[in-house]
Amino acid sequence: MTPPVQEASTPSPAQGRRTRLSDRKIAVAFISPAILLLLFMSVFPLLWALFLSFTDYSVTRNQPASFVGVQNYVDILTSSQVHKRALTTLLYVIGAVVLQTSLGFAIAYLISRRRRGRGLLTTLFLVPMMLSPVVVGLFWRFMLDAQFGVVNSMLGSLGVGKVEWLTRMPTALISLILVDTWQWTPFIMLIALAGLTAVPKYLYEAASIDRASEWFRFRHITLPLVWPLLLIAVMFRAIEAFRLFDLVYILTNGGPGVSTETLSFHVYKVAFLGFNTGTASAYGILMVIVVIVLAQLYLRYLTKLKDG
Amino acid sequence: MAISSDSAVSGTVPDDPPLRRRRRGRGGAVVEVALLTVLAVGMLFPVLWIIQTSVKENRDVYAVPAKFFGFSMTLDHFRDVFVAPAGGASDLSAAFLNSVLVAGGSTVLATVLGVPAAWAYSRFNVRGKKDQLFFILSTRFMPPVVIVIPVFLMYRELSLINTHLGLILIYAAFNVSFTIWMVKGFVDEVPGEYEEAAMLDGYTRLQAFWRFTLPLLVPGIAATAVFALIFSWNEFVFAIFLTSSDDVRTAPPAIAGLIGGSTVDWGLVAASAVVYAIPVLVFAFLVRKHLIAGVTLGAVRR
Repeated sequence: MTPPVQEASTPSPAQGRRTRLSDRKIAVAFISPAILLLLFMSVFPLLWALFLSFTDYSVTRNQPASFVGVQNYVDILTSSQVHKRALTTLLYVIGAVVLQTSLGFAIAYLISRRRRGRGLLTTLFLVPMMLSPVVVGLFWRFMLDAQFGVVNSMLGSLGVGKVEWLTRMPTALISLILVDTWQWTPFIMLIALAGLTAVPKYLYEAASIDRASEWFRFRHITLPLVWPLLLIAVMFRAIEAFRLFDLVYILTNGGPGVSTETLSFHVYKVAFLGFNTGTASAYGILMVIVVIVLAQLYLRYLTKLKDG
Repeated sequence: MAISSDSAVSGTVPDDPPLRRRRRGRGGAVVEVALLTVLAVGMLFPVLWIIQTSVKENRDVYAVPAKFFGFSMTLDHFRDVFVAPAGGASDLSAAFLNSVLVAGGSTVLATVLGVPAAWAYSRFNVRGKKDQLFFILSTRFMPPVVIVIPVFLMYRELSLINTHLGLILIYAAFNVSFTIWMVKGFVDEVPGEYEEAAMLDGYTRLQAFWRFTLPLLVPGIAATAVFALIFSWNEFVFAIFLTSSDDVRTAPPAIAGLIGGSTVDWGLVAASAVVYAIPVLVFAFLVRKHLIAGVTLGAVRR
């Protein structure tokens, strides 16, 4: 662990080369355990899933898998059921991300214009984001209950009749979007706030000397400077929303019917309720491809932002 | 800004446009504060409602219309979280302990593996460094539902199904990529010259890292570990599919299991949610300075 101290004390060319060499050894020794864990827990399972995706394997049948070629992929890509889930997922991702972004940015903008109480306000707004999706889902299920839920109770005192939030369409999907928005608006807010507070003061002062209107300042100073950061938040949320599973599982369990089943939820049903492991693997691989493409876009954009 | 406030105080030029704008600004400020208050109440109401439900008598929990005030208080639900009806520790309290064990274990493992890797990526010219880092982060984005299918099969072969170790390993894998990205950012902020200077003084590379760089990283590593802890603490998908018995199951699936029956004890659900959320909120408060970096996997930092 602790090599002799005097080794590096008399530098010579040969010594220098040896140090570089040992640098490489250190790098390998320090990096490989982490990479091995990732290969073992993430890459290897994915390769396994890739293999299974070309077979008709099922966990419940005690038969060896037999090859079916790309049949699973063809089945999935041409299945109208999958198309329906893709549409649901798309509606959900767009609805949730648009709502969260506008609301989160609005809150951040309002907070950034306050001088006092900023820290406290930010902390309070962040609470939903820190909660477990299970806790969030369960609780909204309670609050949105058609019979004794507090939301209907409040609507009732305003003279609005009972709304079946989680058991009717399209309110079930809307509820899902609203709950996700409740939990993740703080995320957008936090990042937007970072962007807003980083806008140099002198730009506003210059605009104020030029008697630029509030809107002009917002449109030509604030927005262009915050936009790149905001886009990162939006892309991040889009990937997360695409992967969404727990909230659906807890809140609606995919219902009514299959109307709130997202792609993630459908994969779960195919794999763990239908036991079509081969098909589910192909399904999963296709989702992974989508995620990888999205993640690559996200990372490209991120490095571009960092470098320039 | 300074000019307009001066003229507003002296009042010598009442028709000055900046003054008018300032007045409108004050009216606007009232609207803004009001708007902010409404939004804050809207965001926090569900949290307050959870807390209120957790201390309500059962008949008030299901009261229609809902009772906001004047309900009778009780701590029975909190007792039920920890104590089984027949006496002794409840299933939920066992689940909380499992959560502590799994979250703690996976965080330690991710930190021990991730920090050295982060330092190496920051300091050395590793071949294909950018691609490696890209690969590491993309593993974090994998949909858990997809990963869990082959992991389930793999664990069945290795008899890791329904074990603490199985959960610790999978959480550590998700957290190690996060740890590497987060901590690398912190290492990048420590000038490499510190270590070079130490090496000129006769320390080896490793000693320089251990004695000079690592102490400077401690706050950042602590913040990173807290985020890893929160992730493992809140995780649900792997927990529900990779465990099957009460003595391994962590709290999120255990709490979700409370609504499985025909009647749901919402007071108990609320109390367990409160108990489960408190540590996360305390920890999140401790690392509030690093929240942005934490929630974007170290991608964005101020």
